Amino acid sequence: MAREEHRIVKGQVLVPYELALGKTWSAFYDYLKEEKIMGKKCGRCKRVLVPPRSFCPRCFEDMEEWVEVSPEGVLETWVYVNMPFFAQEIRIPFISAQIRLDGSDSGFIHRVAGIDLQDFEKVREIVKLGGRVRAVWNPEKKGSILDIDYFEPVD
Amino acid sequence: MGNAVAIIGTGQTRHGRRSDACYPDLVREAVTAALEDAGITLADIDGVVLGTMPSMMEGVSSTHFYFAEALGSVGKPVLKVETCGSTGQSIGHCGFFWVASGMADIVLVVGSEKMSEGDGQATMTTVFDPFFQRTFAAGAPGVFTMQSMEWMYRFGIPEEKGREAAALISVSNHDNAMDNPHAHIRMRVTMDEVKNARVITYPVRLLDVCPASDGACAVVFASQKAVRKSGRKPAWIRGLGFRGEEFFYGESDKAVWMSATEAAGEAYRQAGIRDPLKELDVAEVYNPFTYQEMIFYECFGFCPRGEAPDYVLRGTFLKGGELPCCPSGGTLCTNPIGATGLIRMAEAALQVTGKAGERQVEGAKLALSHAMGGVDQFNGITIVGSTL
Repeated sequence: MAREEHRIVKGQVLVPYELALGKTWSAFYDYLKEEKIMGKKCGRCKRVLVPPRSFCPRCFEDMEEWVEVSPEGVLETWVYVNMPFFAQEIRIPFISAQIRLDGSDSGFIHRVAGIDLQDFEKVREIVKLGGRVRAVWNPEKKGSILDIDYFEPVD
Repeated sequence: MGNAVAIIGTGQTRHGRRSDACYPDLVREAVTAALEDAGITLADIDGVVLGTMPSMMEGVSSTHFYFAEALGSVGKPVLKVETCGSTGQSIGHCGFFWVASGMADIVLVVGSEKMSEGDGQATMTTVFDPFFQRTFAAGAPGVFTMQSMEWMYRFGIPEEKGREAAALISVSNHDNAMDNPHAHIRMRVTMDEVKNARVITYPVRLLDVCPASDGACAVVFASQKAVRKSGRKPAWIRGLGFRGEEFFYGESDKAVWMSATEAAGEAYRQAGIRDPLKELDVAEVYNPFTYQEMIFYECFGFCPRGEAPDYVLRGTFLKGGELPCCPSGGTLCTNPIGATGLIRMAEAALQVTGKAGERQVEGAKLALSHAMGGVDQFNGITIVGSTL
């Protein structure tokens, strides 16, 4: 039987949510408003994690100490996205990136922009693994991760 | 490891776009095949385990309710276990635990997915946290490309060499799928076609990426007593390992990948394997992306770190090579996600019982199966052998 003859019903499930950030992540976004990227330091293993954690994922200890990390860091890896995905917030093409901010011990996921992103071949001449990038702040702070608008390559 | 446990039967649907069947009927197709293969009836089954991707994949919550009849689970204990892409390994492990504990003689394990009915990458995106990383998620291709780029950079793998090896993996998996009547994508591709295919997320191209498939797989786990009674040739579970890591991407090192490395290490210890490349006869590695398959080879100790492309290009993992990988055509040619890890296990069992048909690796006695799940977070391994 040809595929056209298979009976299909279209469906959709729309569910609204209200998601609590909790103390640590609320504070992180309060700091972002002041243009500060804050991590938390584990008293036991001494690692500084961004995003901050209420407890250390490896030591299972409360993480008490806030530490400001640099808005600048090293590009650990990146991906050029030029394909639309459902409910994507950012318009394509964009670059997702893992950035090791100076003073932190984990990769921070954000995007690299501030350059012409249309031509991949040109992009790869500018965006390099191991290269340095710096946060560019969004003048309008909404309490979202895009309060850091993007990271731009630093010469 | 508890009591001895073996796989005595497996069943797979024809995988692909299966708009001809509603979801419960698809599940029953695999269950019926597995029962027939094991030579048992529903009455012989003590318990049932189901696994799928998150329920929003097909928009029905708690599918073990929806599938109760298709699973033959009415009147029996039923569990649902899910760990995203590694679900198939997790449910297989669960079946093993149940029988190894002595609490059951025969357990039916079923994995399924009907990817054509939903938006797979939208579902994947909701595996990311809602506050920090989801904004930058580009489905599975985004994550796996980031990981592959980091791996190549870390070990100084030239882009050309990585590209060549990944293309060969695509070509050989597609060739292998031609031997597998269950496979979704059955077409031959050339090196040039892979290297010039449409870019998905550079350097990953269309033919480096698995399809979205509909399909189900069922596997029957049995105690030693039940194995004897069945008269079927058993695939004994010789070792299993499962490891997870931190949730946030970027917090653990994905170029050397602790969870993949330690899951394999744990399974090797149980199975008494010291040199996997020499001792294993065949491996069914979970390979939704060609580049990622090479990272797995390194994590599983098939070759030294950073050298997977060399081993690939030397033909080590081809049919007839030292350790043939994915003679089924792998995840690259068939990916109904909730079933995929269990398909790897079923294929490994078929190999060590000499039932793999055209895709049989001659004389295979010891086989590794694997699956990976989440945002590179989980890895599961099961090793099966023709002897206990």
